[in-house]
Amino acid sequence: MLVVFFALVLLPQYNHGYTVTLITDILRYATLTVAWVIFSGPTNYMSLATAAFYGVGFYVAAVANGPTPFAVAIILAGVASFIVALLVGALTLRLRGVYFCIFTFALTLLIQQVVMEVERLVTQTRGRFVESETPEVAFYAMFVVAVFTLAMAILIRRSRYGLALQSIGEHEEAAAHSGINVVRTKVLVFAASAVPMAMAGAIIATQRTYIDPGIAFSLQSSFLPVLMALFGGMGNLVGPIIGAAVFTYIGEILLTKFPDLYMLIFGAVLILAIVFMPNGIIGLAQSAWHKIRGSRRAAVEGGPNAPA
Amino acid sequence: MSAVRDIIITGLLLGGIYALVSVGLSLQYGVGRVLNVAHGEFIMIGGFVTFWLWGSTIQLNALVSLLITAPLVFVIGWLLHSALFRRIMHKAPNLDVFEGQSMLAAFGLLYVVQNIARIIWGSQTYQINYLNTTVTSAQIPVNRLVALGVVIVVGVLFYLFLARTRMGKAIRSSAQDPTTAGLMGVNINSVLAICFGLGLAMAGIAGSLLSFVYPIQTSMGLQYTVIAMIVVVLGGLGSITGAMIGGVILGIVSQLVTYFQPTWTMIAYYVVFVVLLLARPKGIMGK
Repeated sequence: MLVVFFALVLLPQYNHGYTVTLITDILRYATLTVAWVIFSGPTNYMSLATAAFYGVGFYVAAVANGPTPFAVAIILAGVASFIVALLVGALTLRLRGVYFCIFTFALTLLIQQVVMEVERLVTQTRGRFVESETPEVAFYAMFVVAVFTLAMAILIRRSRYGLALQSIGEHEEAAAHSGINVVRTKVLVFAASAVPMAMAGAIIATQRTYIDPGIAFSLQSSFLPVLMALFGGMGNLVGPIIGAAVFTYIGEILLTKFPDLYMLIFGAVLILAIVFMPNGIIGLAQSAWHKIRGSRRAAVEGGPNAPA
Repeated sequence: MSAVRDIIITGLLLGGIYALVSVGLSLQYGVGRVLNVAHGEFIMIGGFVTFWLWGSTIQLNALVSLLITAPLVFVIGWLLHSALFRRIMHKAPNLDVFEGQSMLAAFGLLYVVQNIARIIWGSQTYQINYLNTTVTSAQIPVNRLVALGVVIVVGVLFYLFLARTRMGKAIRSSAQDPTTAGLMGVNINSVLAICFGLGLAMAGIAGSLLSFVYPIQTSMGLQYTVIAMIVVVLGGLGSITGAMIGGVILGIVSQLVTYFQPTWTMIAYYVVFVVLLLARPKGIMGK
């Protein structure tokens, strides 16, 4: 863990250009995925609003980066997203299951439409330019945000909130009856998990220079973290990070090798991953381990039909 | 007065198309538990197949092409369910997991279908010029009235199918309780695949109709998926009647808003959605 940490800290000293950008991208998705898992992992509320908060980060960066220092812009993005998520959460978290999922899905598109309308009426533009930062600065910023997200995830997991979330996920009524303020817990954690999403957005926006609502609120940012978390496995926090790294890397290769077919192949990979690895890499490793151990035990007990 | 009449007629047409699309989605979710986010893509496929047949050498009449698009999309849906969603269903430990995984798979499908279409047809906007004359006394193009007629016919036929036939009964019983339906001798796998296919066929028909009423492009699907989701939630998940009512409501709302400010329609849908969800979280026809 520490080795990875220091390797990442020193990376830009030795490597320039592509690797730094690639690692920044991996850190971005790791941040989004871990942030998504903070709320949706234990509660089983599948949120598809990641793109909404991520996009809020884009727009805060477009407005604030330049007039204020980069770090301030990132923090502002986090604060803005916290407020938006608090409002949205208070409104939507009384919904359950697929209703919540549909609502958050539509929410992203709604915010996209509203931003588009506001831009059309007020500034009369389609997109905006963002004050850019060097890849190295973005890398360090993303690194800090990723560490912050991971720390937040671990702290929430270990706190009373983590336990409360877990019990909400298992049985919401029972949780409410055992004295957990269900609504407050859900809304607060939902809002907290939106903070790193927007921060990641604010940082990536500076690498894009030009943004418009279509880019900022792309649905991909909602579905990819879910996919990565599922792929890596949600039982612990290492799984989502592995999922993010693997998928970002695959995505990067596809994007450079087949730029036209990228989305098509991405969709196919997504389907195949779900059909053949529904429990993610960790799940796959576990079942493989069980098989190995099972066959070994079977061999010891002297029979292929021994229970594995 | 004529403005009101236009709003009502176009609203009804659009509402009918929304209802058709939403009944399809409702069938897929209500019976098969697949929240098909790729639903709208098959509207696009329906539209483009119609466009392609119409533009090809045979110059097939846009209405006749319904007879091709609907079965074609039905078969695609049937195959998709048999090959993809059934597999996921049998591997998933419980229904919640299946819902999540099938939705993600549908999202992958969205990308696959949309990008194949984009490779074939590009990203331009197309329009079929069919029956584009207006009724003399009113300013309503004939094609809209024809489309409205088709929507009503399809809706009634589907209702009769569900209410009167053996298959319809099997579908209704599977929606209520798949396990018991299975025990009573309903072949669940085949019913689910047929439902998925029928759901997509509805989308295909809607797409065919849309292609000669509105311009079509390969990226049009998502917008309709979102509308269908809103309608389905409005009407109550899994309720066919609810989806029909919800569709018509949303169609009228859309035309009302379009009359004043066309770019606000999506926002208006969402407002209706939020207000209704907060007032009646289980939808109009929900229990």
